[in-house]
Amino acid sequence: MISLEHVEKRYPGTASAAVGDLTLEIDEGETVALVGPSGCGKTTTLKMINRLIEPTGGRIVLDGTNVLEQDPVQLRRGIGYVIQHTGLLPHRTIRQNIATVPHLVGWDDERVDARVDELLEIFDLDRELPDRYPAELSGGQRQRVGVARALAADPPVMLMDEPFAAVDPIVRGRLQDQFLEIQDRLRKTIVFVTHDVDEAIKLSDRMAILNVGGVLEQFAPPETVLREPANDFVREFVGAERGLKRLALIKVDDIQVDPGPVVAPGAGADEARRAIDAAGFGWVSVVDEGELLGWVDHQALQGCVMAGEATPRRFSAYVTGRDSLRQALDSIVTSRTAVAVVVTEGQHYRGVLTLERISQEILA
Amino acid sequence: MSDLLAGATTFLSQQDTEPLIRWIWISDHVDEIVSRGLQHVYLTIVTVVIGFLIAFPAAVYASRHRWAVSPITSISGVLYTIPAFAFIFLLLPITGLSLTTVVVPLIAYSLLILFRNTLAGLDSVEPEVKEAAIGMGLSRRQLLWRVEVPLAMPVIIAGLRIATVSSIGLITIAALIGRGGFGQFILDGLNTFFWTPLLVGVVLSVALAFAADLLLLGLQRLVTPWARASGVRAVAT
Amino acid sequence: MSGLLEGLQWLVDPANWSGVDGIPARVWEHVQLSVIALVIASLIAVPIGLWIGHTRRGQFWTVQFANVGRSIPSLAILSIMFLIAVKEFPSLAFGFLPTIVALTLLGIPVILINTYVGIQQVDPDTVEAARGMGMSGRQVLWRLEVPMAMPLIMTGLRLAAVQIVATAGLAALIAGGGLGRYIVDGFALRENDKIVAGAILVAVLSLLTDLAFSLLAKATSPTLSSGSGKAPL
Repeated sequence: MISLEHVEKRYPGTASAAVGDLTLEIDEGETVALVGPSGCGKTTTLKMINRLIEPTGGRIVLDGTNVLEQDPVQLRRGIGYVIQHTGLLPHRTIRQNIATVPHLVGWDDERVDARVDELLEIFDLDRELPDRYPAELSGGQRQRVGVARALAADPPVMLMDEPFAAVDPIVRGRLQDQFLEIQDRLRKTIVFVTHDVDEAIKLSDRMAILNVGGVLEQFAPPETVLREPANDFVREFVGAERGLKRLALIKVDDIQVDPGPVVAPGAGADEARRAIDAAGFGWVSVVDEGELLGWVDHQALQGCVMAGEATPRRFSAYVTGRDSLRQALDSIVTSRTAVAVVVTEGQHYRGVLTLERISQEILA
Repeated sequence: MSDLLAGATTFLSQQDTEPLIRWIWISDHVDEIVSRGLQHVYLTIVTVVIGFLIAFPAAVYASRHRWAVSPITSISGVLYTIPAFAFIFLLLPITGLSLTTVVVPLIAYSLLILFRNTLAGLDSVEPEVKEAAIGMGLSRRQLLWRVEVPLAMPVIIAGLRIATVSSIGLITIAALIGRGGFGQFILDGLNTFFWTPLLVGVVLSVALAFAADLLLLGLQRLVTPWARASGVRAVAT
Repeated sequence: MSGLLEGLQWLVDPANWSGVDGIPARVWEHVQLSVIALVIASLIAVPIGLWIGHTRRGQFWTVQFANVGRSIPSLAILSIMFLIAVKEFPSLAFGFLPTIVALTLLGIPVILINTYVGIQQVDPDTVEAARGMGMSGRQVLWRLEVPMAMPLIMTGLRLAAVQIVATAGLAALIAGGGLGRYIVDGFALRENDKIVAGAILVAVLSLLTDLAFSLLAKATSPTLSSGSGKAPL
């Protein structure tokens, strides 16, 4: 979809190139993160794609045509562009801001209005917002409008320059989740710049790690980068806790879950006691036709004939298949039961995850 | 000097009976007040409009070619510093008692104000707003007219307000060559030691300045609904 | 264009360089009027501006006063002062006094507003830090606010000086002397060369005043650039 071929950017009067000789192939529908320390040319690289910065060498081919042979103004109208401080036009309402590019490319008013309404809904923006001015919005809202505006004319390609850097961590997390959700539906080809490794890991299909001067050190899916960093630079750049970061990428659904000790309420108390002893956790889950009622231990079973006579205690935390192993690990270390209990969305019991199981996964 | 002394003598002899404002004078001079007022307004509009038509393109050029800022500021600074009345008399032997003789010095005076405010307005547009606009595919011309100029409006209009109010005051000087609008009444009052025309001239020219200022302020509110009262200041205080 | 040439010829004519109506005498008169008025205006406006900026009292009325003051035409201030003088102090009316009072009044608003704004726009965090370090109000004013406000105070003085020098050229209308004499007399006698020469002299003196104060501003605030966008007109 986008290929950078030996792209180079040199500024007059400087000894070394901002971007030396960069070759990068970005596939249709994938999200690529450009990451690296300051001075690595990640923003320069991004801006060369829509020619806000003119390359001094090489070719950038977008959808089969060399962007350097296109009229830059026309080129940019076909590429969504989002920047850190949103760059919303302060004198235009939210509706007018979102409608900017559709108007530029000559859509009629009816079509523009319908498109704006659609985007407002996709981005979960309040009904009163469209007629307000950007200054009246919160940082998170502005950022969403910025992304919505970039998507307005439905461009196949989006460029994002530190899109979520200007908001606080909680809002950033929510915006990232929403981004993933929307990208899941739209499958745009997205190139974004970030200085935040975790953001790159969370959002990208592949991350391009750049060294000073635009030297590409590794270009691979986050999981690969974390498991097999190409060299010391990458190892150092992705930082400590590579194991934990990888856990964040693996979903509970992706791995085999242990069945764990289970007993039905109709089973005998002795059966429950045997299950407790066999598993060695000191407790057993009580599951009634798939539904998880809680857990019981030897003390609770005292004097009972049937397992169902003891009052099951609720687990303090559960994880679902959509949670990451990192969340499962958190559940393990913070719960009294020393395992993470896995349930489906409807509180149906699926099994347990133990520390051993998770560490096997990291070593695999 | 002898004229003044003679006038002063007359004045002194009648000063006990002369009230500060003689209303009958005003009602006798309604036509003249109107025609002087129209002249004052006309001169103001000609000055500010022509001044703006020169300063605006210069500021747009300078905002894109920074090297031009310094020479344009220096030249308009000199024109600003030359006293308007000296300028008028400098032109007098060349252009006579014409409109040009009055308007050229006033325009010269207004250029620096208009240039600096327009430039400051254009410069006040956030770089990321411009970057996003270019990134979305606005051409240079669209960037100027759809983004930069509307956003610069509050500061540009602030400059227009200062230029207008200053011009209204300066025009009175042109009474010395018979084209001073309300200034003529001031000069008449001075020459005849008569308070009424003097005060009428002062009050009306100050009132005109305030009215023009309010009008432009209203215009600014109208064209910049997005700019809440806060946060926008002119270069000049 | 010939008018300009005649004016220049008049300027270089030795006959015009001596006597009570000679160029040196008139320049000296003009400078005296201007300097006296500027000094008095500064002595009134700077302390008040410092006080208002420091205490932040009466800000609204200061701005209103300055705006009204600046919208009164200088010709009007001169004329009013002259008429008042003629009426109340006839013995002093035909001298420098009405002119000096008028020029002083003319200079006050612009000095006042620039001084006030200069003090008032000092970063409140810096002021708080200074107070936090134990500076008294007086120390904050003299060691922090005044040095920080210096560029704007100098701008106010420069603008006032230029305006006073310019308006002193009108003093001849009210028998006040100065370089305006040549213009007024030349106009009355239809002597173009004299008018032009007078106009050139007034213009040159204004430009020199502006230049002198620009240099002075640089000298008094060497660390701050004089070309900052905040400098008022």
